[in-house]
Amino acid sequence: MSVQSGTAPAANIELTRELKKPHRTLWGDAWVQFRRNRLAMFGLITLILLVLGILLGPLVYRVDPDYIDITQSNLGLTAEHPFGTDDLGRDTLARNLYGGRISLAVGVVAMLIAIFFGTTIGLLSGFFPALDNPLMRFTDMMLALPQLPLLLVIIMLFRDTLRSLFGPEVGIFMLIVFVIGILGWMPTARVVRGSVLSVKKKEFVEAAVNIGVGQSAILRRHILPNVLSPIIVSATLSVASAILTESALSFLGLGFPPDVPTWGRLLFDGKDFLTFTPWVVIWPGLFISLTILSINFMGDGLRDALDPRMRG
Amino acid sequence: MGTYFVRRLLTAIPTLLAISFVIFAILDLAPGDPTGTLPPQIKMEVREQIRKALGLDEPFHVRYLLWLKQFFINEPLNIVEQVFNVKIGDSTNRLRVTSWSSRGKPVVDLIVERTPQTLWVVGFAYLLSVLIAIPLGVVGAVRQNSIFDQISTVMAVIGYSVPTFFTGLLAIVIFSVHLKWFPSVYNTTLKVTDWASFVAQIKQMIMPVAVLAFFQTAALSRYTRSAVLDNLKQDYVRTAYAKGFREHYVVIRHVLRNSLIPVVTLVALGIPQIFAGAIITEQIFRVNGLGSLLIIAIQSFDIPVVQTTTFIFAVLIVAFNLIADIVYGILDPRITYS
Repeated sequence: MSVQSGTAPAANIELTRELKKPHRTLWGDAWVQFRRNRLAMFGLITLILLVLGILLGPLVYRVDPDYIDITQSNLGLTAEHPFGTDDLGRDTLARNLYGGRISLAVGVVAMLIAIFFGTTIGLLSGFFPALDNPLMRFTDMMLALPQLPLLLVIIMLFRDTLRSLFGPEVGIFMLIVFVIGILGWMPTARVVRGSVLSVKKKEFVEAAVNIGVGQSAILRRHILPNVLSPIIVSATLSVASAILTESALSFLGLGFPPDVPTWGRLLFDGKDFLTFTPWVVIWPGLFISLTILSINFMGDGLRDALDPRMRG
Repeated sequence: MGTYFVRRLLTAIPTLLAISFVIFAILDLAPGDPTGTLPPQIKMEVREQIRKALGLDEPFHVRYLLWLKQFFINEPLNIVEQVFNVKIGDSTNRLRVTSWSSRGKPVVDLIVERTPQTLWVVGFAYLLSVLIAIPLGVVGAVRQNSIFDQISTVMAVIGYSVPTFFTGLLAIVIFSVHLKWFPSVYNTTLKVTDWASFVAQIKQMIMPVAVLAFFQTAALSRYTRSAVLDNLKQDYVRTAYAKGFREHYVVIRHVLRNSLIPVVTLVALGIPQIFAGAIITEQIFRVNGLGSLLIIAIQSFDIPVVQTTTFIFAVLIVAFNLIADIVYGILDPRITYS
């Protein structure tokens, strides 16, 4: 397309407006790449719908998840109870929605703890060579611990202490979140360490060191922003892993107290009634699977979108 | 090359000791007491005597060292004696780790009883998953972005996103309750003596094996696919094609060998994972294996059994990490020269 100098000034302005390119940012590029991945978009939309449903659902669907009415037990899909009822007559939909809040809360908080520890250890290990070897040995040792057995053991042992200190629900919440976080920071630490090692070699870091920027400033302003991408991917995937672990713990009966309806607990309660009321088991299972699935799709999409080699 | 192996072996031993210390310390610090489940009428002196008999009044380091001695010397000797029917030394008076709830039955006896069940299910599941996942990953990588690849990628993500307890329960609902093809409760007393009992054993094993294998296949096939993809980009593959070799020759004779190296290490590392996964499957299908022993011991506060079983899981992880490193060193000479 060419602009002729003899045309009217108004037409010139139109053309120059069209020729001006949209402003591109790094995050914008990543978002464009993410949007092209159909599975990742499916995961994102599903996750948004699930989270909105779980947060806003109980405001719209005002049925008490704990209301026991034995005359209504073991019903199928009725108008009053869209997802049916369990053997004590409690509404399944309400219990699933409430359980979703707890599972999501556990997932997010456990992820925050794991990311905090993992990032700190990875940054220290990558940036200070003296700390590298001992920290990596420690990480290897933690990786060699059997995660599920240790989780079960720790919860079994310290459940009563925390229950007496903080109350049944809050105590168990803190215990589960803390333990999942403590046993889940290792992959993040490794990934962050690798990323820090490669960023440290770049020229702008060398230049910053040469002009005398202090170490904490280098970490804060140069290294940390550039290792954010693997941290974000790791955070997303560790939410999925935390939700899965919490469901497994509740399924084995070692999670929240019996009246707290997390998704895993609903599976635990319902697994003995499979012949009569299979839907009590199918709904929470579907919710867990959809949540984890969409988070995993999103995490894969984020990894591809934020990977600088695959962009463009 | 020898120094590499010796180095890996030498780092494994302190790791094992550190893990044993962590497990012992956690269980020791815990508030909990074998006399806690006894009736409250029993007087304090009697309780103290019971505690003394179980060796609980010694200081921490004495108990830890005794436990180490029990675990690393006495119990392996007992296992060898039981398995091979020989007598080594003074076995009746040796200090044994006894369970608190099964009336003083040695923990090792319980473990030896239950391990075969777990091994059957876990072994079959892992074999099946390796046999399915590797061809799936290779074909998916060679035919990248085809319909086959897209479907198998989605199935793989579904496979490791859906938790094993849900697939297990779904399998029970569909195959046991509605179709009535397979039994939902594992018959632990079934002995394989003839064809009919063999068929019955297969029938009751199919569901737990399938559930475990589905999960492992998903993870393994994704990893294989990415390993093969990395290798397909290499120059030697281009050279091979340029020399005129056909696709299946290049893939099978060149690409497969190089991409199987990281896959083999992952296969070795996945064995402890599948034992941990079996904990959940054994609860669903009521298989009386090691996993359900751990759960029962946890629910009944039987600390020696919990300690021993957890430590066995940890030993599995360390041992297979070591095996994975050694196999990687054998298959890929570049590692041992670094």
